[in-house]
Amino acid sequence: MQEITLTYDGTYEGLLSTIFESYRLKINVARIIPIADYQDSLFGEPIHVSTNREWADRVKKGIRKKGGNAAVRLLYRCFLSEQKDIELLILHFVQMAMKSQKDVTKNYRDEKILELHKINKKIGREVHRMHAFVRFQKTKDDIFTALIEPDFNVLPLIGDHFEKRYPAMQWLIYDTRRHYGIFYNQQKIDFITFVEKDHQKLKQLSKEILAADEPDYQVLWKSYFESVNIPERNNKKLHLQHVPKRYWKYLSEK
Amino acid sequence: MNERIKEKLEILSDAAKYDVSCASSGSKRKNTKDGMGNSTGMGICHTYTQDGRCVSLLKILLTNHCIFDCAYCVSRKSNDVKRAAFTVKEVVDLTMNFYQRNYIEGLFLSSGIFKNPDYTMERLVRIAKELRTIHKFNGYIHLKTIPGASEELMQEAGLYADRLSVNIEMPSELSLKKVAPEKDFKSVLEPMGYLKEKIAENKEERKKSRKAPLFSPGGQSTQLVIGASPEKDLEILTLADDLYKQKSLKRVYYSGYIPISDDNRLPVIHQPPLIRENRLYQADWLMRFYGFDLKDIVDDKHPDLDLTLDPKAAFALRNPAIFPIDINKADYEMILKVPGIGVKSAKKIISARKFGALREGHLRKLGLVWKRAKYFITCADPDFKYLGWKPEVIRQQISSSILTKAANSNQLSLFA
Repeated sequence: MQEITLTYDGTYEGLLSTIFESYRLKINVARIIPIADYQDSLFGEPIHVSTNREWADRVKKGIRKKGGNAAVRLLYRCFLSEQKDIELLILHFVQMAMKSQKDVTKNYRDEKILELHKINKKIGREVHRMHAFVRFQKTKDDIFTALIEPDFNVLPLIGDHFEKRYPAMQWLIYDTRRHYGIFYNQQKIDFITFVEKDHQKLKQLSKEILAADEPDYQVLWKSYFESVNIPERNNKKLHLQHVPKRYWKYLSEK
Repeated sequence: MNERIKEKLEILSDAAKYDVSCASSGSKRKNTKDGMGNSTGMGICHTYTQDGRCVSLLKILLTNHCIFDCAYCVSRKSNDVKRAAFTVKEVVDLTMNFYQRNYIEGLFLSSGIFKNPDYTMERLVRIAKELRTIHKFNGYIHLKTIPGASEELMQEAGLYADRLSVNIEMPSELSLKKVAPEKDFKSVLEPMGYLKEKIAENKEERKKSRKAPLFSPGGQSTQLVIGASPEKDLEILTLADDLYKQKSLKRVYYSGYIPISDDNRLPVIHQPPLIRENRLYQADWLMRFYGFDLKDIVDDKHPDLDLTLDPKAAFALRNPAIFPIDINKADYEMILKVPGIGVKSAKKIISARKFGALREGHLRKLGLVWKRAKYFITCADPDFKYLGWKPEVIRQQISSSILTKAANSNQLSLFA
């Protein structure tokens, strides 16, 4: 049977709708690609699937029925990896789950399911890194602001942690690569994005917007960081393994 | 900026850094709607020093003035170092501001002993109390218990702290007496015993009512200095095992002696014994998470851990009758005994084999250390065999790969 390429709007709901459509049309899927990434190919026209909330919910429900919340979470987190062809791995999982009597979530014998778990592990590591490496800077209007540039799109996964920790502060965590952030106003979290022309400015926070005592605390933190080092134990390799260089630009101690 | 604060911070964090405890885990403390901070049970390392150690807490001394003269300690009375002391307000301000910026998980506060133990302890407790009650701080607080402080103060400390610790430092009474004339084991073990009872009582109360106040929910820990005294690993691990079993300690830390002192009560060494320190941690993990007994790891015949072999591999090679282990049939407990298989990969194996027998091809991808584990197992492939279960051959293979690795990273001198 002919294999068909499907395109979607790049959202998770969109992907689930596409998976639903592949069942409805009973087709073999070649690839599933965000429409923005699709380039003309020699292999015939793709089918575009519009996001359909009801379809997406039905797929989600099916996944939950077969693998519980663990499976629902696994697939969503893997989707946020933005890895090439992650859509096909997710489709594979859904197909396996629907066919099987058993819960396939922990079928580590299956290469593609194992691959999903490996991706999930990387996502977990990145979430943990963001819990650790977010560095807030206090602005004049008392908003604690942090810039991040994580390897994966983990912003939707980290808000809860910071909300529990800092419920009485106003804070903003902004992903400078993906150009959106989460803003907490002591009540709830909102996704925000700055207008196009401000993007460049947001590569670093300018000194003018910071609170008067902010630079002092950064100096104190840096000096603390340096004096707790034990030179006799120096181990640069281990240091870099824990704090890879790509994270340094937003770490005030580096 | 206040330069004096910066200088104090440098002096008093430099003096605190030899206490290796870094954990911010093991305690659960919920935040309040108007509060600051929480502990979820999982620690977070916010950054790592150049030597690769985790920075999780603001770890400082309240002061490095000290009336004691313990040879292993930089802050000992007879040492010629700059002295400083924080005020209560300064510590509170640093903790809150560092925490707000997500630099730290909380505060680790220790102190040199000034005037007397109660006077010192009273100040540590006051800082914790101010953070908890006035500033509604719910992040992690680790307080040192000062040996000789009153039970009332320890009791109060437990109400505000997530973890309490008192360091034994020297692994035997004899060695401790030699380097710390003012201390003995009793002065350290007594407060531990008192806190153990209090922590256990509190657990019972919390079972009855979730509203009962927390008492040091992260338990207590201690530290042993390695390589500054003649004790064998057998003595060190026996002490640790007793502390886990009899004092219900959460953690024993092993700190390779760093020659910070030219005090002639201590040996002259050129390199801290980092490999030995690492082996002790491995052994400690085996006792706590892998179901090993002390006697499986060290005994009178093998009183020291093998530096060229991790203790799990050493156990396997001393007990060839137990191996190889059949990955497709063995219990979880037995699979955990295989060198190169950790808790996570053991659990994966148990889950995966429900879907069919596991072969080498599956195992290689499961995240275990294949080049280690392969010598000690069988799986669904017929004629599966590496080095034919000959312990002496396997030993040579494994330890030569460890030595090569050490040579490549210029750590060979550490074996000396």
